[in-house]
Amino acid sequence: MTGVTLGKALNLALHDALQSDSRVVMFGEDVGNLGGVFRVTDGLQEEFGRERVFNTPLAEATIAALALGMAMKGFRPVAEMQFDAFSYPSFQQVTSNIAKYHTRTGGAVNMQLVIRIPYGGNIGAIEQHSESPETYYAHTAGLKVVTPSTPADAYGLLLGAIKDPDPVIFLEPKARYWMRQDIDIPAPPLPLDRAQVVREGRDATLIAYGPTVQTALLAAEQGESEGVSLEVVDLRSLSPLDMDTLAASVRKTRRAVVVHEAPVFMGLGAEIVAQLMHDLFDVLEAPIERVGNATIPYPPSRFEKLFLPDADRILEAVDRTREY
Amino acid sequence: MAIRNVTLAGLDREQLLHMHYQMVLIRRFEEKAAEEYTLGKIGGFLHLYIGQEASGVGALSALRPEDYVVSSYREHGHAILKGIDPKAVMAELFGKATGCSKGRGGSMHMYSAEHNLIGGQAIVGAQLAIGTGIGFASQYEGKQSVVSVMFGDGAADEGAFHEALNLASLWKLPVVYYCENNQYSMGMAVTKAWSVSSLEPRAAAYGMAYERVDGMDLLAVRETMLRAAERARKGEGPTLVESVTYRFRGHSMADPAYYRTRDEEARWRSSRDPIALFEAKLKENDIITDDDIAAANMRADEVVEECAQFAEESPVPEPDALYDDVLADGTGAIAWRNQPSTPRD
Ligand SMILES: Cc1ncc(C[n+]2csc(CCOP(=O)(O)OP(=O)(O)O)c2C)c(N)n1
Ligand SMILES: [Mg+2]
Repeated sequence: MTGVTLGKALNLALHDALQSDSRVVMFGEDVGNLGGVFRVTDGLQEEFGRERVFNTPLAEATIAALALGMAMKGFRPVAEMQFDAFSYPSFQQVTSNIAKYHTRTGGAVNMQLVIRIPYGGNIGAIEQHSESPETYYAHTAGLKVVTPSTPADAYGLLLGAIKDPDPVIFLEPKARYWMRQDIDIPAPPLPLDRAQVVREGRDATLIAYGPTVQTALLAAEQGESEGVSLEVVDLRSLSPLDMDTLAASVRKTRRAVVVHEAPVFMGLGAEIVAQLMHDLFDVLEAPIERVGNATIPYPPSRFEKLFLPDADRILEAVDRTREY
Repeated sequence: MAIRNVTLAGLDREQLLHMHYQMVLIRRFEEKAAEEYTLGKIGGFLHLYIGQEASGVGALSALRPEDYVVSSYREHGHAILKGIDPKAVMAELFGKATGCSKGRGGSMHMYSAEHNLIGGQAIVGAQLAIGTGIGFASQYEGKQSVVSVMFGDGAADEGAFHEALNLASLWKLPVVYYCENNQYSMGMAVTKAWSVSSLEPRAAAYGMAYERVDGMDLLAVRETMLRAAERARKGEGPTLVESVTYRFRGHSMADPAYYRTRDEEARWRSSRDPIALFEAKLKENDIITDDDIAAANMRADEVVEECAQFAEESPVPEPDALYDDVLADGTGAIAWRNQPSTPRD
């Protein structure tokens, strides 16, 4: 299929999941006739009916708990949270119950469910509509956290998430909803625990995920014109982390920069850097750099570009690793 | 037509005309904001109050300056009614340093300590809990201040609504929970979201006083709110007020509104416009003339033009200011300060 947006690819994955498995149900605020704020569920209620795709009242905690209940009964629920910060009212159910039910029942109960959350900035919105909550979730044992960076990955990862026996927090990079790509559909689900080298290079590894993968690729292209060969790894899974793929890349390039929209302080980069430092201490030529937001509430829209990672800031970080 | 100096609902002509003007001002202000949004002057989201003017003016006219208001993201009108200079509200929409939240709040987070506006909230339902906290503090201090919590029909379905109402009723907090039931939460019709047809049974569940009022009827709203605020002030506890209204525009500027018919909208606009209804009532009682109405509109137009000009000419906050006001001790944000990017040659 040509020119499929990331949003449409998610829509197609949901469509194919609903079609191939009668246990799949979807719900959330305005996901029915409106098709969601970002139109990801557009047309699905029309095609599959109100039994399979339906609106709920405003009640995020209970929306998450509906997924819990349905999963416990063997359904394959896919719940939508409208924006990143609107998932916080559901945090209690996700972290205290959904993440722990499997353990708490001695492995008797699976929480096979997906919670979709649009996240990240760069759409001219403001705090609460532009946040990057990934480490809140990744820090919680019992959850898987994944995020696609392209339409093809969006399709494959969402199918994989729906088929996965564990609860998956599926983070959708809203700045990339409109990114287009030609994709083959139907395609098999993608594994949830695999990072991918999306560009090969020699001089340093850029580690990115979700919205920053395209930014990293842009930086790599610009780097090439400046004579620097950059490898780009797309994490795809934030929990678990595919450290094997990361380590293999950094073993080769000996330098790395982690890029995310979330604040650098206590961001996912901190864990990645710690593990790479530990495992590749004798290989690294320079301390690993991190590029991300400052520890401030998400800035007003007119300033967001100053705070989000861009190619220049990534290349400056690369320079620091090369000049060390 | 001879103008009579009669009173309506205990209000003299001057007061009545002032309330009329406030409604007109809010409408013009919102129309101007919509225009500026379309021109790209306002970032983020913009939720207009058009259609709900009587619900706002009636309710807040019943409060005293020392009373608190905490609201949702549909709060520009509430901010103006609490006495914030409309210029500072428009400047906040523009994200300028002269805005009432120094450009850091944006359209959903108007704030003014001086005017006891506790703020708009982007998180649906947040104000129910926050207002309860303010009410608790007010009671604890032994103050006479009442809190008015402004929220929508959708917010009444969040857990915060239920937690707040139970606790406030139990402790007789001086709060009015003022639901502006405009019939929709984004695309969701209230009839599809509520298990009940009004909030009365929900108030009853918490042993709380309840009043329902036609939110398009300015004076009825005011009288209802006066009673509710009085109960709160006398220590008789909170009231849940349900003001039945309608938003004439989409949920936000980005809303295609295909969850309701153009017919339904036209019906409300033509027969239930709160400004037109109030004008008819004032005319019926020989209180207002067409000239008065034209003058109110002209004055409002001038004010909103000034607002837009002020906002346009106001300075943008310094990017460095974003590191300020993160922690009260002024240090925290510095720990992970990023270099703004500089283009490479
Ligand atoms: C916790 C949370 N969930 C969802 C949203 C998205 N959202 C913003 S406004 C809104 C509708 C709220 O409707 P209502 O409370 O009736 O107020 P109205 O917009 O009609 O004034 C929704 C779903 C949000 N801001 N916060
Ligand atoms: Mg509403």
